[in-house]
Amino acid sequence: MTLAQKILARKAGKSRVEPGEFLLLDVDVALANDITAPLAIQKFKEYGGEKVHDPDRIVLVPDHFVPNKDIESAMQVKLLREFAEEQGIKHFYEVGRMGIEHVLLPEEGLVKSGDLVVGADSHTCTYGALGAFATGVGSTDIAGVYLTGRVWLRVPESIKVQLVGSFKDFVTAKDVILKLISILGVDGANYRALEFFGPALREISMDGRFTISNMAIEAGGKAGLFPVDEVTMAYEKERNIEVETLSVDEDTVYWKEVHLDLSQLEPQVAYPFLPSNTKDVTEAEREGIKVDQVVIGSCTNGRIEDLRLAAQVLKGRKVAPHVRCIVIPGSQNVVKRALKEGLVDIFLESECVFSTPTCGPCLGGHMGVLAEGEVAVSTTNRNFVGRMGHPKSKVFLASPAVAAASAVRGYIADPRRL
Amino acid sequence: MKIRGKVFVFGNNVNTDEIIPARYLNTADPTELARYCMEDARPGFGRGTDIKGSIIVAGENFGCGSSREHAPVAIKAAGISCVMARSFARIFFRNAINIGLPIVELTEADTFEEGDIAEVDLETGKVRNITKSTEYNAKPYPAFLRKIVEAGGWLEYCVKSLQSLS
Repeated sequence: MTLAQKILARKAGKSRVEPGEFLLLDVDVALANDITAPLAIQKFKEYGGEKVHDPDRIVLVPDHFVPNKDIESAMQVKLLREFAEEQGIKHFYEVGRMGIEHVLLPEEGLVKSGDLVVGADSHTCTYGALGAFATGVGSTDIAGVYLTGRVWLRVPESIKVQLVGSFKDFVTAKDVILKLISILGVDGANYRALEFFGPALREISMDGRFTISNMAIEAGGKAGLFPVDEVTMAYEKERNIEVETLSVDEDTVYWKEVHLDLSQLEPQVAYPFLPSNTKDVTEAEREGIKVDQVVIGSCTNGRIEDLRLAAQVLKGRKVAPHVRCIVIPGSQNVVKRALKEGLVDIFLESECVFSTPTCGPCLGGHMGVLAEGEVAVSTTNRNFVGRMGHPKSKVFLASPAVAAASAVRGYIADPRRL
Repeated sequence: MKIRGKVFVFGNNVNTDEIIPARYLNTADPTELARYCMEDARPGFGRGTDIKGSIIVAGENFGCGSSREHAPVAIKAAGISCVMARSFARIFFRNAINIGLPIVELTEADTFEEGDIAEVDLETGKVRNITKSTEYNAKPYPAFLRKIVEAGGWLEYCVKSLQSLS
């Protein structure tokens, strides 16, 4: 069986499950945020909900529009806060203790290998990095978990991604997933799970794995799963979580296989208006694309290693005069570490702004919305029309290294040629 | 149930940011969301006077991107009677099933043109282009999903099964 089949079979209490099979499963963690939880809470009440099935399995993270950007957003967060209080939900994360949900949950040890996690946020697939079956669902699904503790799922077919070779300098996990999305297309993994294997996994840290799993959805993926190995175990051990290894049998048949050699990989840039629209940075650099704003952060690239990499590029350099560079740490913990390691000084010396954790500009919410005609290089995950603001603005997706280099140059730039 | 309506045509990879941009997500009120339905794919669409009862027809991967249920909610609240596409992104598909927005996967979706009159029989899966006098068969739902659709949505199904347990 594939990793997806193995986890789901275990959850279903069966020795085997098959792709295409529909299952009703008990959920370990049900996540929602300030945009999606209000709809779930509303539905829960509308369908006669009084007490949630299990408050300890519910996680509420206001992160999209916090600190509250306007009165309506404040009202939405208030609804979450009151619901958490009324239902005895202890996993509610207030500003000052919060983080972007997909950075925060693994950090806090709220999700672990083997778990079934559903989240009313498409990037819930991030936790596949830990070997959890984690997938994005809707608010009604979350209301269903509040009512019954369960969710319906179709067992997906899986695509095997075999990673070999070693990263060249300034090539990152972000480049792996952008390249993969360009190979598969934005719906190439629709209804399927991506599963990552190969000798190169040894080189990919937990932070890198989160980045890769996070963007599985950008190829339409239902999940982005890693086996549980020494890297996972070390991460879980820091959180006092004991886990079993998770691997696949030798003879497992995959729906499709993709092979990627990291030693052949260049830093990638995804052009508007699809994440699959990638070019090598060397080519993008030649095109002389002028940049108005750079965003470094998000559930994709807002972890400590991402900030370290950006700081490495920015150190001793200044952001180009016509560029706003916004650095957004993924969680309060990342803020503390960035301060302690002196990264914040580097950002401020480079004339970046260093924000509180928020999804903010990634979805054109606040803290860096683009005007008509403006161009951003961003370490986020989507570059759809109007994603970061005006429908006539443009977003280019890249790694923290390319984003930082572009901030310095003022044009899309290769960090290796600064 | 048979649905008949005027067709509005959209392209491939229509994402949830186009269906309901995040700048309108500071509310979960369906009536408010309906006003901005399809706003960044076709500005003003949700405020059009001729969309009630109409059918959205699109290409591949309709509803890709975020998990926001506000997307099918906005479409439903705008009075769109059905969405037909060559294929749907996974989360949009489950959200539509869960909230009882009729959706139809049709390989021949691209044969429809703006303004055509379409008729969809949700029971049999027969789709007719009345304007062009053509008829197609939509891809049927798996048996499990049919139960949810027949119940009227996922929470209706949940409530019924909870009642039958107690």
